[in-house]
Amino acid sequence: MLGLNRKDSLLFVVVICLTMFAPFLLNPFPEGSELAQFNAGYPDLMQRFVIFGIFAIGFNILFGLTGYLSFGHAAFLGVGSYAGVWMMKLLTMNVIPAILISVVVAGLFSVLVGYISLRRSGIYFSILTLAFAQMSFSLAYSVLTPITNGETGLQLSLNDPRILGVSEVDGSIPPANLFGLSMRDSTELAMGNWLFTFNVGYYLSAVVMLIAFYVAIRIFRSPFGMMLRAVKSNQQRLNYTGLNTKPYTLAAFVISGMYAGLAGGLMVAMDPLAGAERMQWTASGEVVLMTILGGAGTLIGPILGAGFIKYFENIFSKINESILHQWFAFLPDGLEDALVFMVYPFIGKGWHLTLGIMFMLVVIFLPGGLVEGGQRLGRLFRRRRKTDTKPGAGATEPAE
Amino acid sequence: MDALLLQVLNGLDKGSAYALIALGLTLIFGTLGVVNFAHGALFMLGAFCAVTMQRILTLSYEVVDETRTDFLGNPLKVDVPYVQSWFGDSVGGGIIDWAVPISLLMAVPVMIFVGFAMERGLIKHFYKRPHADQILVTFGLAIVLQEIIKYFYGANPIPTPAPDAFAGSFDFGAMLGMQAGSIIYPYWRLVYFFFALAIIGGVFAFLQFTTFGMVVRAGMADRETVGLLGIDIDRRFTIMFAIAAVVAGLAGVMYAPINSPNYHMGMDFLVLSFVVVVVGGMGSLPGAVAAGFVLGILESFASMAEVVAFLPGINQIIIYLVAIIILLTRPRGLMGRKGVMED
Amino acid sequence: MSKTDLTRRGVMKTGAVAGAGLAVPTIFTARSASAFVNEPTGGSVTLGFNVPQTGPYADEGADELRAYELAVEHLNGGGDGGMLSTFSSKTLDGTGILGKKVEYVTGDTQTKSDAARASAKSMIEKDGAIMITGGSSSGVAVAVQALCQEAGIIFMAGLTHSNDTTGKDRKANGFRHFFNSYMSGAALAPVLANAYGTDRKAYHLTADYNWGYTTEEAITSATEAMGWETVETVKTPLAATDFSAYITPVLQSDADVLVLNHYGGNMVNSLTNAVQFGLRDRIVNGKQFEIVVPLYSRLMARGAGENVKGIFGSTNWHWSLQDEGSKAFTRSFGTKYGFPPSQAAHTCYVQTLLYADAVQRAGSFNPCAVVEALEGFEFDGLGNGPTLYRAEDHQCFKDVLVVRGKENPTSEFDLLEIVEITPVAQVTYPHDHPQFAGGALGSCNPGV
Repeated sequence: MLGLNRKDSLLFVVVICLTMFAPFLLNPFPEGSELAQFNAGYPDLMQRFVIFGIFAIGFNILFGLTGYLSFGHAAFLGVGSYAGVWMMKLLTMNVIPAILISVVVAGLFSVLVGYISLRRSGIYFSILTLAFAQMSFSLAYSVLTPITNGETGLQLSLNDPRILGVSEVDGSIPPANLFGLSMRDSTELAMGNWLFTFNVGYYLSAVVMLIAFYVAIRIFRSPFGMMLRAVKSNQQRLNYTGLNTKPYTLAAFVISGMYAGLAGGLMVAMDPLAGAERMQWTASGEVVLMTILGGAGTLIGPILGAGFIKYFENIFSKINESILHQWFAFLPDGLEDALVFMVYPFIGKGWHLTLGIMFMLVVIFLPGGLVEGGQRLGRLFRRRRKTDTKPGAGATEPAE
Repeated sequence: MDALLLQVLNGLDKGSAYALIALGLTLIFGTLGVVNFAHGALFMLGAFCAVTMQRILTLSYEVVDETRTDFLGNPLKVDVPYVQSWFGDSVGGGIIDWAVPISLLMAVPVMIFVGFAMERGLIKHFYKRPHADQILVTFGLAIVLQEIIKYFYGANPIPTPAPDAFAGSFDFGAMLGMQAGSIIYPYWRLVYFFFALAIIGGVFAFLQFTTFGMVVRAGMADRETVGLLGIDIDRRFTIMFAIAAVVAGLAGVMYAPINSPNYHMGMDFLVLSFVVVVVGGMGSLPGAVAAGFVLGILESFASMAEVVAFLPGINQIIIYLVAIIILLTRPRGLMGRKGVMED
Repeated sequence: MSKTDLTRRGVMKTGAVAGAGLAVPTIFTARSASAFVNEPTGGSVTLGFNVPQTGPYADEGADELRAYELAVEHLNGGGDGGMLSTFSSKTLDGTGILGKKVEYVTGDTQTKSDAARASAKSMIEKDGAIMITGGSSSGVAVAVQALCQEAGIIFMAGLTHSNDTTGKDRKANGFRHFFNSYMSGAALAPVLANAYGTDRKAYHLTADYNWGYTTEEAITSATEAMGWETVETVKTPLAATDFSAYITPVLQSDADVLVLNHYGGNMVNSLTNAVQFGLRDRIVNGKQFEIVVPLYSRLMARGAGENVKGIFGSTNWHWSLQDEGSKAFTRSFGTKYGFPPSQAAHTCYVQTLLYADAVQRAGSFNPCAVVEALEGFEFDGLGNGPTLYRAEDHQCFKDVLVVRGKENPTSEFDLLEIVEITPVAQVTYPHDHPQFAGGALGSCNPGV
């Protein structure tokens, strides 16, 4: 299908189903139940899942294939966001020009950073990218305030010119839209106690992510992707064969920079504000964590990692003490308090702690990331099924 | 002129902190080949040793003072530290006053323990894993350590003053025959600088002049050969890890009076320290120390009003800018070795 | 078991849609279902408390959250009622808001615009919050305020001191009770002139971001009007932890006052460093060298320890105020938590009450009705004396406190003493004042 082999097609179809049915899949618990706290099927978080998914897919094209660990990728996302907001301020609230300009500007910026940084490899490359990103962040936060609006973040205002659009509608800023279809519009579907939200912005992001994912698969399977893998396994040998690897790595760098810009543009399209802290080293670190956590070098891993981290950030940080009391309310008072006391440090303001522990657990026990966890589970099931059908066959299975 | 001299002094001080952390990072990297993102957290733990010692020394019982009232109108409860009631006001007060230097005694065993526990319990399993995994797991550990401290001590900075004897400042200007009051430098910062020099000197002497140090250096150069000679290099490297932890911890303890410690101070230093290590050259101890001081001083110069007026924002980015320039002109930093962390 | 604060989307679930076993699509955006976004239909109403729970302002956020919980308790008729009894408007009777029980959800702003907006959005989209409040920095306040304007939700700002929040970034759906940079300058300048004379040379260190800029502008213009001279203004990076490189040039200048336009951790470190470098022992131009901190936060002042003693600054509110409202609030907060509330806690508590009262008076949760009820609203009894919510910019006008670090604190909470309660007339400015120019409220947005 679409030039993909069977396995990739299957994966692609699975991803299509997951993203299209996300509003159902992420809202498994009925409204009003205690567990509804864990529902993630609301527009903002779903948008974040796919947007950070795009960011991580792009990062993985660089890191997963070439092994170059960039610690400054958030700068491209940030630059893209700023460009996108400016487009909305100056031109039109239609999201298409904003997203396009984000990709272009991030691409140009990544050519510059990549050209310089790729003159070094290993940790020296990482520090160079980190330095560029931190410089962008610091300057955007302070001296570039006229362009970036500093700490507050660049946002729309009622007196923006918007040449191809209107400055204001009844005293409000017009919403970001796709040819008139507002990104904020949602349709809700109530089934019994379940409530599902289908948001225009989410579906736009999801379609863009599917395209991005498809392109990533093609890159992974192309001769170009092979060349990048060769760079990862032994760059020196490639150089000795008389190949100049720089154009390949630079291309990978720019492609992944453009993915970051695309993510930045989509973020702006969903929520027209660009803050400087999007470019901070912690943001760059986050995409590294997403990719490694999910499984670097795998196709689906980065998306899983992005979802994992964003889920923690948005769901666990919102559980507070009174919710805990509610959960354990069926227990006797003393036991309830004791349980709340024990769980409390890990939720709400302690969500960082839980995240840190999860990082450690995943890295220690699942070196290949969440993808490896999935594979192990899969193997476990498969083996069990085999032993079910053929008792005792496990012993005779040949070693691989 | 005196303005420049002052900024050199300021830079030495900042450089001391960078150099101490970078030294520890390089020790760990050079011996174990592990990129330790939790090193900033060790620095922070050190500073909180000082806070803890201060808390211990000021453990108090309450005395109700009927003449005054608290904010709710109840009789005021005045805290009287046990130390003060046992040893009398002057001796007891003196002990409390010296909480930070005293906590050095506590920090050494605590940091040795933390270092051993970290290496044996976690890092050991990551020698053969890719650097990215090491970064991730130590980063996770850093978050966990940081959050534990936040849970017990809160997020606000906690004042940990230096002993009164070091509270004042020192008039260099008058000493050098310049205008009085033009070059003033706090005593404690001088103490910090000399302390840093002593620690750095101690680590170098240890590696240079002891048999243990010789074996470690040999192991850093060629781990396998040393292992083949029947030397248990792993055990020594574990000890080096503990030493690196102690260096970071002591740097933190002594830093506490300069800026009130908070739970995220380690992260604030971590990224800069990494830049310092890389600018110095991966795996080079003298490089790390030199880069620490150089970047500290440059950072101070860049924050002078004259420089900022000329290049707005330069004070924000100077370290990164210098790092880029150095890495582009010297591929392996100031004193890096070939082939280390280049793939 | 004893706790009953149910905090789930109380809006459209159970009763309304239950039993509709089959798929019944309801299109909410099509103006049909309700008159405004997140209209509470059940027996409860959900408020969103969006405060920093991680990062450097986590303790301030925790104090805000305590105040919110207290306010919810009082609104629902629990506790001793706090300021409900001293509030000049008597519509709140402890039966929730418009008879609906008040519930709440909490979120973490991380003191980052992006994270704060994400958290606010999840409250709006997932939990059905009808009002968002909180925050501990102006960047976050402005960002969330803009979001609430777009989404059609009322935003009651927490601690935000920058002029921009009700200046160039003002929004119709946003309201600020806290004071601002201009008011700090207007209140501080006469006190400073009184204490230090009118012939002074000031050196400013300013945090390099929006709040720093507006504070520097406000303080320089107010002090210059008193006859002071501004020798130098230097921007310091927000990420700076050691300010020695910025403090030492002060030694070379002929300035005799240092103004630290810093907040939070920056303030603690720059003040500590300034004292370390012996600035307070200096004599320049025959005058004692002085340090001024325009915006004090008691929580953060603790971090600077001994160094705050005798240093002037301004604050929105302090627990040692002796009016009935302040006493009632301090009593109920202190009884519940064991220590006095901070100014952040006070402003958050008051904002919640003001919102509840506005809904009650308007008789509707519709944001436009609430805006109408709050605009030009005059009240008393919530600390700070008679107060006006000005219609033109949604800023509260009330007395401002000038405080000084206390020489002999009786406890770790007793760090500041009130020097002067600056009357509201002295800190009032026209809404189109140059420091606040360039913004427009727009019109209220009910979100549908």
